[in-house]
Amino acid sequence: MKSGILAAAAATLVVFAAAGANAGTLDTVKSRGFVQCGVNAGLPGFGSPDSAGNWTGLDVDFCRAVAVALFNDVNKIKFTPLSAQQRFPAIQSGEVDLLSRNTTVTLTRDTSVGLNFAPVTYYDGQGFMVNKKLGVKSAKELNGATVCVQSGTTTELNLADYFRANSMDYKPVVIESNDEVNAAYFAGRCDVLTTDVSGLAGTRAGVAPVPDDHVILPEVISKEPLAPAVRHGDDQWFDIVKWTVNVTIQAEEFGITSKNVDEFVNSKNPDILRFLGTTPGMGKALGLDEKYAYNIIKKVGNYGEIFDRNVGPRTPLKLERGLNALWTKGGLQYSAPFR
Amino acid sequence: MATETRTAQGASVPGGSSFSLSDPTVRAIVYQVLVVGAVVLVGWFLISNTLDNLARRSIATGYSFLEREAAFGIGEHLIDYSPKDTYGRAFLVGVLNTLKVSIIGIILATIIGTLVGVARLSSNWLIARLASAYVEIVRNIPPLLQLFFWYALVSDGLPPVRSALNPLPGVFLSQRGLIVPAPSDDPVWKMMGIALVVAVVVTLALRFWAKARQARTGQIFPVGWTGLGLILGLPLVAYIAGGAPVALDMPVLKGFNFAGGMVISPEFFAILTGLTVYTSAFIAEVVRSGIIAVNWGQTEAARALGLPSGPTLRLVILPQALRVIVPPLTSQYLNLTKNSSLALAIGYPDLVSIANTTLNQTGQAIEGVTMIMGSYLSISLSISLFMNWYNKRIALVER
Repeated sequence: MKSGILAAAAATLVVFAAAGANAGTLDTVKSRGFVQCGVNAGLPGFGSPDSAGNWTGLDVDFCRAVAVALFNDVNKIKFTPLSAQQRFPAIQSGEVDLLSRNTTVTLTRDTSVGLNFAPVTYYDGQGFMVNKKLGVKSAKELNGATVCVQSGTTTELNLADYFRANSMDYKPVVIESNDEVNAAYFAGRCDVLTTDVSGLAGTRAGVAPVPDDHVILPEVISKEPLAPAVRHGDDQWFDIVKWTVNVTIQAEEFGITSKNVDEFVNSKNPDILRFLGTTPGMGKALGLDEKYAYNIIKKVGNYGEIFDRNVGPRTPLKLERGLNALWTKGGLQYSAPFR
Repeated sequence: MATETRTAQGASVPGGSSFSLSDPTVRAIVYQVLVVGAVVLVGWFLISNTLDNLARRSIATGYSFLEREAAFGIGEHLIDYSPKDTYGRAFLVGVLNTLKVSIIGIILATIIGTLVGVARLSSNWLIARLASAYVEIVRNIPPLLQLFFWYALVSDGLPPVRSALNPLPGVFLSQRGLIVPAPSDDPVWKMMGIALVVAVVVTLALRFWAKARQARTGQIFPVGWTGLGLILGLPLVAYIAGGAPVALDMPVLKGFNFAGGMVISPEFFAILTGLTVYTSAFIAEVVRSGIIAVNWGQTEAARALGLPSGPTLRLVILPQALRVIVPPLTSQYLNLTKNSSLALAIGYPDLVSIANTTLNQTGQAIEGVTMIMGSYLSISLSISLFMNWYNKRIALVER
């Protein structure tokens, strides 16, 4: 559990050592032969290894999309599981090239933490989960409750703000590891578990002894736009990650999926021809293969496919698209045009 | 004066032959200057390089964040704290929490460790074997696992808060910890504190006087009993003089939790018990080694001189045993303090836990880590200084 400190200390050393090794992430990754991606160690639906040791999840799939853009291979990745506390030192120091670990975009992180955020891959918000036996129907009834929360997240801050704004008292139990936080909540140490609603759904589906005993309260107390991040100072690498995310969203908008992508390669729509690289230009501008978008869609799928496979209604998480529907369907997912 | 004279003489030697690398004094100085220079240069390079890199990635630096609002909650605090306070104050809360668990842990570990160490030397077979088993089991299991064990014992072993055990009126034991009635606010508690301090000071003065008198006249004054009487008696007198208040702040189940009373949280219990038990096993061995190190002949000699068994232990055995015990004991105290950083794993808000939250919210990992290192260094050096002073005090004085 001291690993957070160790990582920070290691990061300190790496920052010492990494003089001038700032630009050229693309070249470094290419010569290394794989992408180093920081992911969540155990959040079902977003980032967790399955029983065979294969990483799955929405965040994981965006790592895979980047690997496909570069190498046309979903397995040219080294996943580094990171705790909430380890993640920033890891990306700052260059231990990972890409942080895709349900990380909320905030001003501080964009500036003083030194990150650049790709487009949002999941629009989330913080919520509360309680045991049904308590009979609590609203977060406004939580005055005096003991709340289990993971350290080193925006969650701690939102929690304090919400209780302050509603003039309520609470007692935080702050634990570093996600597993231990969940264990404390399910053992009954706390009345309330708080984290992003998607995380609560994942925990309820994957960790709760009896999922139906627990209820997620209706209040969503914060905006949590989750996005992949890279470090400051390498615009080319930032562009690649940014447009990789955009590819998946744009593909869904065009109606292109991993199954039918081949039918679109010779489409009549010049926009799609440019998008898929049949008309060259886009790939070269990014420093990638012209077929990179085609490869991403073929091997990883469009945004809707990624969503449905990992967190959608047919998964244990049973999350609706909601804010994460395309803009054309009343959601917020919107890609800038490929021109 | 002597140095000045020599310098003056050296300067007066013609031809500058005083500066020669074959002169061992000059050589020593030159080498030292070179080494210090190299260390400073490397340090300067590392620091400037780090600052340079941080600036290039526009990562904030400096400690000004300590004055900003922390905006996160802390479960346990010895001083008033709310999310409105600054990061600096939050860190102070963490340091105090670390000190709290370290100091209480050191006291308890010393008591338990001494008892177990003596028990292991007992001539009673059962007691000696039990003590051996305790030491061997406890010191061979990693402390982190022990913390998880104690924490799980509380959170899985005790009933939920609404069906809390109620062994005594006003005392509740549940997953929320041990809640006991606290004395209500009253000026008499302050008076009793002052009385205690006065009693301690008077006892120390008395001891000083009694020693001087014994050296002068050989008469012995019962300082122990008088001191005990003073330390217990004076606060009691203050309590009765203050009207002997009996009002208690009784805990009541209100909503989700108990309101009022004093709380020993499961996190504090787990970290304190874990550290105390773990360290006491090592202290037991230290104590045992100290006692064995004193030759049996010393006891026989003391008896031959006619000393009763109490003074034999106090004046002959213990002073010699302590010489062996104190240096390794210092290491154990330092270990206990540093192991308290494991609190992070079970949610006790020690200084590491709070510094971690801070460095995560501000992104200033280097500053956070230096603050943690600085704090532990200060605490450890303080313990070390105190123990070295004590060690010197009990060292054999040859006359």
